[in-house]
Amino acid sequence: MSTVERSGVDVARAVNAREISAREVTDATLGQIDAVDERLGAYLTRLHDMARAAADRVDARIAGGEKLAMAGVPVAVKDNMCLAGTRTTCGSKILENWIAPYTGTAVQRILDAGGIPVGKSNMDEFAMGSSCENSALLQTRNPLDLSRVPGGSSGGSAAAVSAHLAAVGLGSDTGGSIREPGAFCGVVGFKPTYGRVSRYGLIAFASSLDQIGPLTRTVEDAALAYDVMAGYDPMDSTSIDRPLEPTFSALRDDLRGKRIGIVKEFETGKLGAAIDAVYKQAYRDLEKLGAELIEVSLPTADYGLATYYLIAPAECSSNLARFDGVRYGLRVEGNDVGEMYEATRAAGFGPEVKRRILIGTYALSSGYYDAYYVKAQKVRTLIGDDFKKAFATCDLIACPAASSPAFVSGAKSDPYSMYLMDYYTIPMSLAGLPALSVPCGSVSVEGKSVPMGLQLCAPIFAERELLSAAHAYEKATMHYKNNKLDVSLHRAPTGNLV
Amino acid sequence: MNSQSTKRSILSLSSDKIDIRYVAKLARIALTDDEVQRFGQQLGDLLEHVNVISKLDTDSIPATAQVVESRNVEREDEVRPCLDRKTVLSMAPQAQGSFFRVPRIIAEDG
Repeated sequence: MSTVERSGVDVARAVNAREISAREVTDATLGQIDAVDERLGAYLTRLHDMARAAADRVDARIAGGEKLAMAGVPVAVKDNMCLAGTRTTCGSKILENWIAPYTGTAVQRILDAGGIPVGKSNMDEFAMGSSCENSALLQTRNPLDLSRVPGGSSGGSAAAVSAHLAAVGLGSDTGGSIREPGAFCGVVGFKPTYGRVSRYGLIAFASSLDQIGPLTRTVEDAALAYDVMAGYDPMDSTSIDRPLEPTFSALRDDLRGKRIGIVKEFETGKLGAAIDAVYKQAYRDLEKLGAELIEVSLPTADYGLATYYLIAPAECSSNLARFDGVRYGLRVEGNDVGEMYEATRAAGFGPEVKRRILIGTYALSSGYYDAYYVKAQKVRTLIGDDFKKAFATCDLIACPAASSPAFVSGAKSDPYSMYLMDYYTIPMSLAGLPALSVPCGSVSVEGKSVPMGLQLCAPIFAERELLSAAHAYEKATMHYKNNKLDVSLHRAPTGNLV
Repeated sequence: MNSQSTKRSILSLSSDKIDIRYVAKLARIALTDDEVQRFGQQLGDLLEHVNVISKLDTDSIPATAQVVESRNVEREDEVRPCLDRKTVLSMAPQAQGSFFRVPRIIAEDG
């Protein structure tokens, strides 16, 4: 196995044991980025100098006798997370040249633990999208099939991890933005319980839903990064002040005694025979590991999409009011301050962001607030109650991570057809639950193998149970080993590489 | 953006369509005629989809305020380190002295 293919856990072990230096791992990763990222487009900004300096500091600390949980682990940082001194664009023209003046808590914890920031990864503008096609700055492709999208909004991090351009990708998930790109790129995407990871330094989209989490090639790596990032932070008043249970040390190899709920309303037959077969096999594999499968019902989950597309836009219309051309980012001049605001936001935001701000403004406007926003928050209560009832009879829920495998770029021109991608991930987000996607096989499309993701979901704060079950499933099935990078990615580089 | 549109109601009840120009005014986004047309259509379609939630009886259901346990967060009112003024102003499109510079807000005769 080449250096860049090593898991984060393996890199940290080897660097701590001084079998390899953080600098060597970093140089190998930066070399791989230079070799393939022109064609992949995972990174908006490459951080060669910062990465090498960070690696040298890690090596010095190791030489000084320290042990670091993520020593030398190359990390892709989604470009909505502040990392002091780096361009932080949110995939938007309005922040195209903005340099973050401070580092967010989750990123800082990764750096303190020895993680190496190798680049800022591409994303749908302001994390609004499911394909990365809404980035105003760069097109990211799926490393397993360059004609397809990597998913979104954390598509850059997913693509980077899948193509070995980082071992850990940081993502943020509002309605599925970690889990869906994870599924599309054949990697693990983990969204912790709302409030488990500090959002300080994460540029806000929908504050009652946003949560940071890792994208990784293995569940072990997800647990490693989560254990480092999670925990109370006084800088985020919504972060949970509650003791953390380490997840990494609790990973198990079987599911004996676990009751796994299969959602009646999420019957996979309607997704087509090939996809149905993949999920049916995944459920059987869970059973083989000792789990008892139980049918559960989430009768209001079907209303999740509608509920989400009122609540998330409402919150985004409020959060994005700060981009007004006064304090940071783009300004387009006007005759008075009102014209300046309108011209700045017209030029700075792309179509999807404008649509969501408009729908959110409408849903919050006088005369419509009760009918739309309050109503949606009531339905949200019903959706949460459905999960509580389901978890009275099961420990975990298993279901698809996305409505389809990765689709061809440009295939979803209608906004609503894109929204449908997150049908299976949104209910968990509305309920604040921890959930992840783990590779569960593939379907053959036009002669190519396209990966699928199994979503597992646990009650609030049950990250340990969730990661443990995913680890057992992964270890028994090893689907991620079947990922084959698109052969075009390996074409001889045309750039200035050796 | 004409002032007439800002006076119209958001929902023109006859056509049941969003007055997209009025909403854009509230959201402080200048739209082209093409965007008015396109977004008006797309948002109308989306509202039709989201209207399914009106079917649910939620009269006795409380609105979600938070999804996990949460408490009021208080701290001592102490001066703590923060970004210095120079850093903050260096991010601004226009600054003058210790201020953000913006276009005229108050008219000379007002």
